[in-house]
Parts: sequence; C-alpha cells; structure tokens
Amino acid sequence: MNSEVAHIDINEKWCKGCGICIAFCPAKVLVAREDGKAAVANIEACTRCGLCELRCPDYAISVGGKQHASTN
Amino acid sequence: MSVKELVERYCRTSKLPHIWCPGCGNGIIMGAVMRALDKADIDQDKTVIVSGIGCSSRAPGYMNFDTLHTTHGRALAYATGVKMANPDLNVVVLTGDGDCSAIGGNHLIHAARRNINLTVVVFNNSIYGMTGGQYSPLTPTHSYATTAPYGSIDRNFDLCKLVQAAGGTYVARGTTYHTRQLVDQIVAGLGHNGFSFIEVITQCPMYFGRKNKFPSAVDMLKWQQEHAVPVKAAAKMTSEQLAGKFLIGELYHEEAPEYTAVYEKEVIAKARGEVK
Repeated sequence: MNSEVAHIDINEKWCKGCGICIAFCPAKVLVAREDGKAAVANIEACTRCGLCELRCPDYAISVGGKQHASTN
Repeated sequence: MSVKELVERYCRTSKLPHIWCPGCGNGIIMGAVMRALDKADIDQDKTVIVSGIGCSSRAPGYMNFDTLHTTHGRALAYATGVKMANPDLNVVVLTGDGDCSAIGGNHLIHAARRNINLTVVVFNNSIYGMTGGQYSPLTPTHSYATTAPYGSIDRNFDLCKLVQAAGGTYVARGTTYHTRQLVDQIVAGLGHNGFSFIEVITQCPMYFGRKNKFPSAVDMLKWQQEHAVPVKAAAKMTSEQLAGKFLIGELYHEEAPEYTAVYEKEVIAKARGEVK
C-alpha cells in the first residue's frame, strides 16, 4: 500500500500528551513516551490517512509524504 | 496543506501554543474551522471571526483574521452588526454552549429567525469550563457538574431543533471525533447563503469528564464514536435503537431570503427613493 514511507513530525513543545493521536491511529503507528507525549514507533505502518493531524488539539503532529490525505 | 502551513497561514503563531487543557476539543474545532476556511477558498482579508466569552471564545485570539472577542453571549449581536454594516464580509461566529444557549439564547433565536448570512460554530462541551464546571443548558440530564453534585435534573436543549424551529436555514451537528465530516459541514455552512448553524459535540476532560466518569479525553472521543448516529443510518433505526444516541450530519437545509439582501432591496432602496 505504501509506495513511500511516510514521515511524521511531532512538535514536542506543543504536544500536551492527551493521547488522542495514539488511541485512534488506525495503523497503531504511535506510542506514548514516559512523559505521555506522542512518539513514532512504527512508521512503516503509516498510511498517511492524516487522522492524527485532524484530531490533534494542539497542531503538534504533522504527516509528510506524497498524497497528503488531510488536504484531499 | 500541511499542519505547519495551515498554522502559519491562519494562526497568530506568536500566540501558540494555546492555553486549552490537554485533550480539550477546542483546538480540534479551531483546526477544523481553519481547514474549512481554506477548503472553501475564503478570502482571509474579507473574513471576520467573532466570539463571546468562554474557553471556546478564546479561539479568535489565535486566528489570523480580523477578529472580535466580545461580551458574554453577545457574539451574534456583534456579528449581526458587522454583517449589516458590510454584507460583503464573511462572518464566522465561534461560541460555546453556555455563551450561545444561555447568556446569548435570545440573540441566537433572533439571528436564526432573520436568516442573516452568518456561519455559527458552537463548541458544545456540555459545561462552563472557564468558570469551574457549572452546568449549562446543554448539560445532559443526570450529568454531574460543580453546581449539580447530585446530577442535573434540568432537561437539556436540543439546540439544532431550537435553531431550526427559530428559522435557521442550514443546521448540522458534528463531533470532534468525526473530524473529516466536521470540516465538510463547516464548508457547507460557509457556502450557504443564510443562517448556518453547526453544533459540535466536543470534550472537556477537566470539568465534564472528571465529574462524569470519563478518565480521559480518549474515553470521551470513544463515547462520541459509540453514540453518534449519522442521519441516514438513523432513518433505518427504531426509536429503541436510537435511545441514548445523538444524530450527526446535515439535519436541515432550506433556501430562504437572506436578511442583508432583503434589507438592501426593501429598505435601503426605498429609503434612497430608488423604488417605491
């Protein structure tokens, strides 16, 4: 499905560790660090669906790569 | 558009990160509004964003538009003034459940009645968050609040039904879980020539969540996922199946004369002696 591995940027200064992106990522790409903030654990599984971006209350996560889903 | 581009274009970046609590849905709704304005190709310099008072009403302070942060409950009154003075402006109102349905309840029904071309996005988190968790007219019956330690006995408004009955011509309900659909609902509201009303069910983990056995924002979004029923699906369900659920999607849409257009045609033109 992935012609190109995605790239996810997490702005750790803005992330408040609410866990929404982690809980609802359909591909289980993200995990919580010890301080609760999000971290990428399984980038190969990312489908670039963009749901993490849409649901992040803090604009702290950004998915890069071709066919950027959230602008479709 | 990437998140970085979205924020750089539509936010006052020096004001970020925002002050909303971890997991608060306000940032999700503000993001959806920015994405909708972008998707609808709205002219940023011809758009005014107006709010009242409350957690949600802080949103325009973060947004790089001409903005008005007004008095409690009066966002729609100020927005009506802006739109009447210059009908060419896109006027978006961001308000909360208390601001819109209690303090500003009368402004709401009369703005809807006039069918003035405003796009109203209500951040319904079921509670007064900023002032410490008092129950609002949208707090569901039997929910707990600082001012309802035994559960609220008040029946909550169905604000969408209220606005439709008052004369609003585009009425939709979304959630912070169904974010993609929410963006499209706001786009439809922006495109509608009349009073557009989008109620967004959102989460306040700090005051509503903690009092009502939701340990986290994630639990509150799961509740939305489990209890929201799209309008089309609801049409095939029985009242028993729909008990305890709520509808999402476009709930009402009609075309009707828009207030500023009628004012121009029937009042201004007559006052100028252009028509009799």
